[in-house]
Amino acid sequence: MLELKNISKTFNAGTVNEKAALNGLSLRLEEGDFVTVIGGNGAGKSTMLNAVAGTFPVDGGQILIDGTDVTRLPEHKRAKYIGRVFQDPMTGTAATMQIEENLALAARRGKSRTLRPGITKKEREEYVERLKILDLGLETRMTTKVGLLSGGQRQALTLLMATLIKPKLLLLDEHTAALDPKTAAKVLDATERIVTRDHLTTLMITHNMKDAITHGNRLIMMKDGQIIFDISGEEKKKLTVEDLLDKFKVAGEDDLSDKMVLS
Amino acid sequence: MDIMSLFNALPSVAAQGLIWGIMAIGVFITFRILDVADLTVDGTLCTGGATFIMLTMAGANVWVAMVGAFCAGMVAGLITGLFHTACGIPAILAGILTQLALYSINLRIMGQANRPVNATQYDLLVSQRDVREIGLNNPILISALFVIVIIALLYWFFGTELGSSLRATGANLNMARAQGINVNVTKVLGLMVSNGLVALSGSLLAQYQGFADVNMGRGAIVIGLAAVIIGEVIFGRIFRNFALRLLAVALGAVIYYLVYQVVIWLGLKTDDMKLITALIVAVFLAIPFWKGKYFDRFARKGGGANA
Repeated sequence: MLELKNISKTFNAGTVNEKAALNGLSLRLEEGDFVTVIGGNGAGKSTMLNAVAGTFPVDGGQILIDGTDVTRLPEHKRAKYIGRVFQDPMTGTAATMQIEENLALAARRGKSRTLRPGITKKEREEYVERLKILDLGLETRMTTKVGLLSGGQRQALTLLMATLIKPKLLLLDEHTAALDPKTAAKVLDATERIVTRDHLTTLMITHNMKDAITHGNRLIMMKDGQIIFDISGEEKKKLTVEDLLDKFKVAGEDDLSDKMVLS
Repeated sequence: MDIMSLFNALPSVAAQGLIWGIMAIGVFITFRILDVADLTVDGTLCTGGATFIMLTMAGANVWVAMVGAFCAGMVAGLITGLFHTACGIPAILAGILTQLALYSINLRIMGQANRPVNATQYDLLVSQRDVREIGLNNPILISALFVIVIIALLYWFFGTELGSSLRATGANLNMARAQGINVNVTKVLGLMVSNGLVALSGSLLAQYQGFADVNMGRGAIVIGLAAVIIGEVIFGRIFRNFALRLLAVALGAVIYYLVYQVVIWLGLKTDDMKLITALIVAVFLAIPFWKGKYFDRFARKGGGANA
């Protein structure tokens, strides 16, 4: 479903701040793969997701989504294939617009926007049903401005928006990191349910090793812009946090953040 | 200081306020919806007036001339939009560049710095001489109808798929892109609609005062902002609906002209008006900020007492 071929990206090339974020990264995701991504700070996890989403052009390599070469496509055109949830709960929704308006915008992702009504009565009824999966009571607050919601509620709404029309690829960039543990669990739970229900091909970055092990059918570890560990299927099911910590040590990754060890 | 002279000026205040209200609605689209301060409007107002007068003098029907003015404004917005999106120039600077260029273009359109248009010679829609007439040609009535029709059209437009994508662009660029919105297109479109309205307002203003002048738009952006902010400060708590928010902007322009008239009546010179306008806008911009600060301190104190 997703194929990254030898992707490279260097930020601030030719300056003292030069940083090779992706070094000939290659990755292939089959349809329905739910891949968790872990790695220390600066390993290139977010850079990889942003390269796929088209936030910036890559320096080299090729990106294919379901066989289509999207390497040269701008971000808004790739959005047709991709649903995204960002780390910052403020990023994924329009604060000054209502819940139902945000959903209506998401329902038109990848379609041309015309002078037809921005939201119809039939859609409103559908959104009420769709919001129930989040179990946050948002279905009774359809016309509330999103800016009045909590970070967790906004993140859950963003998740629903990203999957409202089935994306070929779902990108989750530490989407529960900014939330309190209880809310994070709830959002992660909703993620699991939606991904399983719609059989979505998913890339999920997480700082939480336990989450990385519990969720998904495949786990990759990144370091210095490359994938250094890739495990799936039965093998992944047997994986423990200790195993992962060992892998980190073997990889010479000393800067394990406290967050990763403690969680 | 004869109070009657102030009362006598009120019909003119209402008419001019409503005409400037249309311009202020244009400013609202960029300033509040797109989250861009577009300085093009200082030039566009005159472009609208100039285009209208030249088309009228060339024998065009008044409606055709006004559509022409609207289109000229849209082109000005398009140029600013392309400066900003295709050339990567910051929005404020892009507006300033177009505004400066429009000064020359407006002189080219008119061929001279000032062009009169006589209401007896041409069949104009609004004119200052009818401001006390009771009838269908009263400029207050006609401007009010314009304001209502424009609000209705904008209310419809911003409810469409395209209009919603424009609002999303102003609310959150990252979110808009992630939802597949080409934010360059929506920004340019917003600037075009905004400047089109400003030029339309300019065409009405030229008719009302009977001339277009190359300096007629100087400071227009500040007056537009004044109207937006006055409208929000005064009606913000009761006018929540989008159409009512637009109406508040138009009423804000009328209130601005009322304040203007009162200040003149108090004996200040018209030459001082730019200074006074700037001060009015500064005060109205500062009020929400001060209010926030005061309430913030108040809330913190209250919170401390409860803890």
